[in-house]
Parts: sequence; C-alpha cells; structure tokens
Amino acid sequence: MTPADAPLVLGPHRFSSRLFLGTGKYPSMESMVEALAVSGTQCVTVAVRRLQTGTPAGKSLLDYLPRDKYVLLPNTAGCFDADHAVRTARLGRELGMGDLVKLEVLGDPQTLLPDPIGTLDAAKVLVKEGFVVLCYTSDDPVLAKRLEDAGVTSVMPAGAPIGSGQGILNPNNIRIILERAKVPVIVDAGVGTASDVAIAFELGAQGVLLNTGVALANDPVRMARAMKAAAEAGRDAFLAGRIGKKLYASASSPTSGVIAGE
Amino acid sequence: MTPDLALTVNGEPRTMPAGSTVADLVAALGCKPTQVAVERNREIVRRADHAAVQLADGDRIEVVTFFGGG
Repeated sequence: MTPADAPLVLGPHRFSSRLFLGTGKYPSMESMVEALAVSGTQCVTVAVRRLQTGTPAGKSLLDYLPRDKYVLLPNTAGCFDADHAVRTARLGRELGMGDLVKLEVLGDPQTLLPDPIGTLDAAKVLVKEGFVVLCYTSDDPVLAKRLEDAGVTSVMPAGAPIGSGQGILNPNNIRIILERAKVPVIVDAGVGTASDVAIAFELGAQGVLLNTGVALANDPVRMARAMKAAAEAGRDAFLAGRIGKKLYASASSPTSGVIAGE
Repeated sequence: MTPDLALTVNGEPRTMPAGSTVADLVAALGCKPTQVAVERNREIVRRADHAAVQLADGDRIEVVTFFGGG
C-alpha cells in the first residue's frame, strides 16, 4: 500500500491539501465559495483593505469563509514599501486570524514584481514580532536563502508575474531554491492552467498558491477541480520519483524472443 | 457645547461628538466590531480597547476589513 503524503506544516497549521487559493476576482461570491470547496484547499488568502464607509454594510467576505473550513491567510498585497506592509500585516493580525501573513512588498504597480530589499526588511520586522511569515519573492535563489535566514516560515517564489498566467518561467531557479531551502517552498503567482501546478509539484514544491488562474477561468469551479487533480498528480509524480531523461530509446518489450523474419 | 471632533477616517473627513470612543466610531460606521481592525494615528487599537480609547480632534483613523485577494 502506498503511504499517505505527510501534511504540510506551516507554523501551528498542518495542511493535507497543498493548494492555496486566493479569494479575489471571482465573478460572484457563489462561484468563489464553490470553487474553493471543489479545490480542496484548507487555506485561502485575503486582502486587508479600508472599510467602504459610504456604502451600507452588506454581507462581508468573512461571512462566506467559515473558519472551521479555511485558515485565512491575510496578505499585504498593494504595499510598495516595507513600512506599509508591516502596518498592513499588523492590521490583518488584529482582525483575529492568528499570526499567519503572506508578506508581499511590491516594486511597482505595472510588474507587481517583489521589491527584494523592502521584502527582506519587512520580513525581519515581522519575524521579530512573532508573525508566521509566508514570503512572496522572486525566483532568485540568493534572496530566497536570505529570507530563510531572516526566519520566514515559507519562501514563496513567483513562477511568473502575478496574474500573468505564464506558468513557471524559470524552472531551473525554482529547482535551485528547492535544493537549498530548509523551509517549505510554495510556488506563488503565475499559474495559468493545471499543468503549471503539476510542474511545480513535480519539481518538488511543497505547495502552490494561485488565484487568477481559477477565478478568471471561464468556468472557475471546473478549473478548481482541474487544479486539485493537477496538484495531486504532480505531488504523486514527485514522490514516486521520475525516470531520468535519456537521449536514446530504451525498449519496453523484451528484445529477445522476437519471431524470425524472412 | 463642546465642539465635534474632526477626524480623518479612511482618508475622508468625518465628525464625531466630543467624548466618542473608537467603539462609538465603529458603531457609527455600521460594521460588526469583530470584522474590523482599527489603526489610530498609525498605532493599532486592540479590539478589547475600542470602548476605552477616546478619540481626539485631528485623529487619523484607518478602519479595515478583509476583501477578496490573492
């Protein structure tokens, strides 16, 4: 019997699902709720934003995300310097969701690429304040190591720019990060379709975080199902240990006992 | 009569009666206290302290909650 996969441990949390989903950009709250359920995720990201003071209070996002089903992972998306990200992380923690934070310090609004210096600065502050920091970063192996040294709980390299759907642009860098990391590596951002998830797991990623690939698919619920299947397939393929790539053929059928020709 | 407090709440001007607390402001905004976090002049006001912390004229307040995000 094949042994079950170990849970992914992040701070006080143990996840049997290795998929992390965002909660943004869905066509409706109903499609989000169904997509999250179908994906099997146990941890979803949320953004910290100003309350809309002009509009009457309707149902809030929290009303759609039962706490017994999902661990909420507040992000610092939209922050372009370390100080702003730290303030946002503190507000997210004050909302009562625990010490988890997805740290993002972004360089500029067009590329949404991480600001490496701001990210490292903010990570140091938040680690010191007791946060469980899951840190969005570029696919730079050196920075990944520096973030690990700063005490982050997980390094989360981007496969490609946020929301771009380009997949994993530099699998070699992800492999180097994975080889050297002593903390879990979660590929975050860039996932466009199911094969991107499978590739991340086949490389050895401990988790994948995605949002747009599901939320903006024509059928988010079906895509969520595809992502779940891809995560399981990719992870199983990694654990099973793939064969090496060879230049020449290697027959699968016996080479002896072939009947005589003319 | 004590003049109203002139506040900036989420970047917008807003007045509250003198003597108002953070809890009064959260109630005036019509939101569930358990679903917001409050920052006053860049310092977090813990939820347990909302009823005790009095607002002051000129305070800059941020009131945040969770929205969909990735």
